[in-house]
Amino acid sequence: MSKQSMSSWLKNGTPWVWLNAGAVSISLVMVIGLLGLIAVRGLSHFWPPDIVAVNYSEPGSVPITLLGEIVDKETVSALRLKNAGVDLPEGQSAGQRYLLKVGNRDYFGLDFRWINGPWMMEQERPEHVVAIERREWGHFYGYLAGVKESGEWIAKGDGAWSELQKRLERSNGLVDEIKQIEKNEIGEINHGLESLRLEERQLELEGVETGSLQHQEIAQSRKDWDEKYAVIQQTLGDLYTSLNRDQMMMIISDGREVEIPLSKVVVAYQPNAMSTIDKLEFYFHEVWKFVSGDPREANTEGGIFPAIFGTVMMVLIMAILVTPFGVIAAVYLKEYATQGPMIRLIRIAVNNLAGVPSIVYGVFGLGFFVYFLGGNIDELFFQASLPSPTFGTPGLMWASLTLAILTVPVVIVATEEGLSRIPRNIREGSLALGATKAETLWRTVLPMAAPAMMTGLILAVARAAGEVAPLMMVGVVKLAPALAVDSIAPYLHLDRQFMHLGFHIYDVGFQSPNVEAARPLVYATALLLVMIIIVLNITAISFRNRLRENSKASEN
Amino acid sequence: MEATKEQQTTSARAIDIETLQRGQKLDIGNETTCIAVKYFNLFYGQKQALFDINMKVAKNRVTAFIGPSGCGKSTLLRSFNRMNDLIDSVQINGEMLLDGQDINKPSVNVADLRRQVGMVFQKPNPFPKSIYENVAYGLRLQGVNDRSTLDKVVEKSLKGAALWDEVKDRLHESAMGMSGGQQQRLVIARAIAIEPEVLLLDEPASALDPLSTLKIEELIYELKDKYTIVIVTHNMQQAARVSDYTAFMYMGELIEFGATDELFTNPSKKQTEDYITGRYG
Repeated sequence: MSKQSMSSWLKNGTPWVWLNAGAVSISLVMVIGLLGLIAVRGLSHFWPPDIVAVNYSEPGSVPITLLGEIVDKETVSALRLKNAGVDLPEGQSAGQRYLLKVGNRDYFGLDFRWINGPWMMEQERPEHVVAIERREWGHFYGYLAGVKESGEWIAKGDGAWSELQKRLERSNGLVDEIKQIEKNEIGEINHGLESLRLEERQLELEGVETGSLQHQEIAQSRKDWDEKYAVIQQTLGDLYTSLNRDQMMMIISDGREVEIPLSKVVVAYQPNAMSTIDKLEFYFHEVWKFVSGDPREANTEGGIFPAIFGTVMMVLIMAILVTPFGVIAAVYLKEYATQGPMIRLIRIAVNNLAGVPSIVYGVFGLGFFVYFLGGNIDELFFQASLPSPTFGTPGLMWASLTLAILTVPVVIVATEEGLSRIPRNIREGSLALGATKAETLWRTVLPMAAPAMMTGLILAVARAAGEVAPLMMVGVVKLAPALAVDSIAPYLHLDRQFMHLGFHIYDVGFQSPNVEAARPLVYATALLLVMIIIVLNITAISFRNRLRENSKASEN
Repeated sequence: MEATKEQQTTSARAIDIETLQRGQKLDIGNETTCIAVKYFNLFYGQKQALFDINMKVAKNRVTAFIGPSGCGKSTLLRSFNRMNDLIDSVQINGEMLLDGQDINKPSVNVADLRRQVGMVFQKPNPFPKSIYENVAYGLRLQGVNDRSTLDKVVEKSLKGAALWDEVKDRLHESAMGMSGGQQQRLVIARAIAIEPEVLLLDEPASALDPLSTLKIEELIYELKDKYTIVIVTHNMQQAARVSDYTAFMYMGELIEFGATDELFTNPSKKQTEDYITGRYG
């Protein structure tokens, strides 16, 4: 290329176009890569892989059979293998290592096992091998020997499979029933008894003597509750007996025959015998269970519904709190305050608030909202239940408020920007018709600035939904006993602690006793968190676009 | 047509009723005074923008303000409904009387004043609402929410602004979809819906095409039966066509004021003559 054409190439701006396009493509690749990685890792977790039976012989010990899923594979250098005691044939510089999920933690101690490729004798996929998802102890792999009812054999061998599925359906139905009773009816009784206790304490505080009419009434209702409880206890006992009726007998890879009560089984399936369509059906069923179920086993198994619910609930309450607050502040700053050094200072302060590390807000929330505000609310309104706190403890309300404070600068800035974009002649048009400043604001300016407020809200929601650090101090827990919304008045319990997807990721990823089992869940939960943020944002954006269409600014 | 004839005869026998210090004439003959301006000064901070303005606006006539850019004609116009209050640094002295009442007295309710003195701006500024709601805006401000009353007023105002036939089938569509000329007539309809006494037009046709300009001019002609109109314009032909009286302003001073025919055909000041013959400005 001659000097001439090179300089003209530089001059006409082509390199800049390439530079800009390159920057955009790199960003795109990064975003797609990020989403792709967590999507692939997270979603593949629910696919039922084939189970392999491996004959494995470590030198110097008896060959054994292992049964499990191959979850990972890595190439290891010959040197490392040598250190592990494996000699590769001459000329081979690397060998394979496999991570086998062998399950049966209660029998083997560990449910994941690395095996060295060179020691693997043979590998097959037996058709009738059964995988079981259990309520405790993780997965189980083995061969079905038969089904027992109260210790008596009902079916043996291959014919036992259909009998097993039938009985599993029954036991799962019973489990659901028990769960419902424990959650609703016993929950109601506990609530009733607790409020009686509080009433009694209140009477004590007021100095009413024992033996008074009120005390008698309380005693009477307590008796009623106790009676109700006895009845439910009876029903539950019957259900449990009925649930524990069936067992399945399994043969595990080392040849032992073990008994598994059906009450402990969530689902039993034969992945090697399943067609792709069967697997797909199973897959979607698993995904649904993950999204809609409660967590089990220190959050490493089961679903994450409470975390989804908690996240969405908290973000919605935050949005309800932050929008009016931010908008009102912005209207004052922009429309009413005399623009001077003071207002400039306030504006700088507001902008800088957005840069304060979020954990600092958590500390503030704990100190101010939880201990000070909550403590005082307890003193004033919940005297009876002290010393156990009602609002003076981390909870949904305080978490939402803390996040509202965290995101209010975003709403203020966006609203101010929106207000300053309203053309002056629109305001003048309204004033010239005899409107006061307040009327002009209310009837014309604010509706026109509504899309900008929505933009602020969208940014606030995006920030709040992804925030974890401050929440750990003001309300998020590893496992919440109950959702914030239920059938007991007042239906919405702002004082309750809640679960959050972001914290769930941290908890499963770093606090879990079973790292290998938790890893795919971390990806799946992360994917879900991202999807929830996207859904929340799309809702807000479509709402804003509707607003925009209704109030298009003058085309000048 | 009748109004012009009457007007022409009036201006023909116009006499000086008041000759003031600086030699300015308040030449509206014996017509009823709607707005009287006496020794009116206006400052933007330290800078004086209007100097001792003295003039009268005749009732049910069209008064035009002409002059080069920055001469203060828009500022004077915006003083008639106290739009300058919106600018913090503005200070005024002198008198401005609407029907004999000083509009700058602290006891005057600005919103009431602006209801009496309507205003139309240079750029069409319809609200991002429906055509109907634009016209009903002023009435709704006054608390009129009765549907049939609003319907009547909207129809009457749109007819008054010569817009009814064009929009009667899409009253509830957004006003933002109209053409510039239609928008400007909508703004006029919006202003006359609350039946003001005076209508201030700040270069109402300067952002419009010639055809729309013509329509606005015809409209001004019809409206003067009912309203006192003050119009600021850059276009001298327009001033000559629509107005009965014309004021020429230069550098914040009112140089000459008189019947339009006379001011354009026989200006008494050299500056006026230079300006209208296009020698400067």
